[in-house]
Amino acid sequence: MASITLDHIAHAYPGAPGAAPHYALKPINHVWQNGRAYALLGPSGCGKTTLLNIISGLVIPSEGRLLFDTADVTRLPTEKRNIAQVFQFPVIYDTMTVAENLAFPLKNRGMEKGAIKRRVDEIAELLDLKPVLGRRARGLTADAKQKISLGRGLVRSDVSAVLFDEPLTVIDPALKWELRSKLKSVHQALDLLMIYVTHDQVEALTFADEVVVMKDGAVLQIGTPAELFERPAHSFVGYFIGSPGMNFLPATVAGHEANVAGTVFDLGARYATPANAGKIEIGFRPDYATLHETGGIPVRVLKVEDLGRRRLARISVGGQEAIATLAHEADLSPGDTAGLIIEPGHLHLFVDDLRVEGERA
Amino acid sequence: MMDKPWNNRAWLFVVPVLVVVLFSSLIPMMTVVNYSVQDTMGQNNFFWNGVAWFQGLLDPTSDIGGRFASALVRNLIFSIVILCLELPLGIAVALCIPKQGWKVGASLVLIALPLLIPWTVVGTIWQIFARQDIGLLGAALNAIGIHYNDTQDPTSAWATIVIMDVWHWTGMIALLSYAGLKAIPDAFYQAARIDGASRWSVFRNIELPKLQKVLVIAVLLRFMESFMIYTEPSVVTGGGPGEATSFLSLDLVKIALGQVDLGNAAAMSIVYYLITLTICYVFFTIMTQLDQRKGV
Repeated sequence: MASITLDHIAHAYPGAPGAAPHYALKPINHVWQNGRAYALLGPSGCGKTTLLNIISGLVIPSEGRLLFDTADVTRLPTEKRNIAQVFQFPVIYDTMTVAENLAFPLKNRGMEKGAIKRRVDEIAELLDLKPVLGRRARGLTADAKQKISLGRGLVRSDVSAVLFDEPLTVIDPALKWELRSKLKSVHQALDLLMIYVTHDQVEALTFADEVVVMKDGAVLQIGTPAELFERPAHSFVGYFIGSPGMNFLPATVAGHEANVAGTVFDLGARYATPANAGKIEIGFRPDYATLHETGGIPVRVLKVEDLGRRRLARISVGGQEAIATLAHEADLSPGDTAGLIIEPGHLHLFVDDLRVEGERA
Repeated sequence: MMDKPWNNRAWLFVVPVLVVVLFSSLIPMMTVVNYSVQDTMGQNNFFWNGVAWFQGLLDPTSDIGGRFASALVRNLIFSIVILCLELPLGIAVALCIPKQGWKVGASLVLIALPLLIPWTVVGTIWQIFARQDIGLLGAALNAIGIHYNDTQDPTSAWATIVIMDVWHWTGMIALLSYAGLKAIPDAFYQAARIDGASRWSVFRNIELPKLQKVLVIAVLLRFMESFMIYTEPSVVTGGGPGEATSFLSLDLVKIALGQVDLGNAAAMSIVYYLITLTICYVFFTIMTQLDQRKGV
């Protein structure tokens, strides 16, 4: 058990000599605390797997240091680091039984037989694998196989971190929920540092204490699910998290007010007019923007979608399209004019994609 | 309307196949069956002989029975020996093939080269290679004091045939194994590293189990081909010295075409065929069972 320190870690795959390095992972500096669960979230090719491989030792970063507690492990081979990894596809040893699979890492480290058996029983108990211990691993279902690969990692008592590389990809949707809650309970029982890579925001938000949102090799924001939702630091975070994502409208700002092509929004805080700023946008979540028949900011309804539990409307505001939630009592249909009310504190200002904080009065 | 439309067009597709099968296998085979139950005194007069040919063939104390039994044993030993050599060697070669770069293509071409040479040419190459007067192998061995004579000494003859077969066919097993190894996802190797597995353990617990199906096919192909081997030993040793390298096919040809002993040759063909068929069936069963176990 340990905390993991990323000390200015960056990685560029070797390119043409002399050329500016093309980073697969831009410099990141962060400490991951022991006992917490982190999710690396981002679209394909955002560098999250590179980061995971740096931690597991499959990739040596081209810059920076990696510390497990205080030990520098940057250049240590995978087998010397005390990490466990669960891969996208179940990795099991076909010819062995479940018990032999679980015992394998201990056997390789020359542990004594009785101790191995005790530890295997313990882990099997934890993962509900007890009834199948004597069975050939190859005949089992995908979720049982994933539990075995997880168990092979957990069986070592000295393991510092458990890494998950999109482990639920091949699992039946019905079993996903069950396996995910199993992971959660294992995390609580063992008090381990867990790092979970995924491109599925629901997985990330339900699994992790803190989510690391990545894009194009850069970390955009590290925060709790609530922080990412309420106060996205980058417009991409706003857009990527939540379903549907945040609305962004280009605007001009003066003091308390934002002006979107003639429509005025009250920002609820004072903003200094950004000097030589490039792109200025206001952002708000559909979840915090309700549409009423009257009152609020005048908008036009383009389309109404009934999702059962709630109704969403595609609206036109100042010539821009956005999405808002329909109020319960509102009876609106396409073509109607309506009033948009944004909950106080949920209208954000983004300058060059970065969120800026205003002075609240 | 419950009636299905009646359409005979399907016969158009089936009949040509039936005709080809009839002429290519059924009729020749029936001719052999015909010979195997008849005897002749010449002048193309045949008479019924019942199962006498088969009785003789399957009785090791009779002349023909003993000859058949020893050819069969010889052939089985040969097949087992070459499998024991080619299988481990092929896997070892496959493991040594580089992982990337131009070397991959180069090694694959080099490995495949012997497979592209016609059987008779392989035989001729090794026949010349083994000669004591001008052959590189034969002359060199004798020059350094090792007695080697593939036309007079059975051990030399066997060694030559076996090594020739290994040279000719190990490449095929290597290529099959290479394909099998390529199919193993990287995650398995990464997991093994995390689990602290040794190189041997990776081979034993990951690579070998994943190669299982490919290797069953390789064993089947190599066994059948070596069990029916004819051309190369026929060119190199002609089945000699004495009967030392007379494998089943060579002996069959000698009986049928050399001695024109049609009854014995026909009976032998059928027994030979049935043995081959049985072994094929056993392998087929193993393969389908492997498939099913995987599918669970």
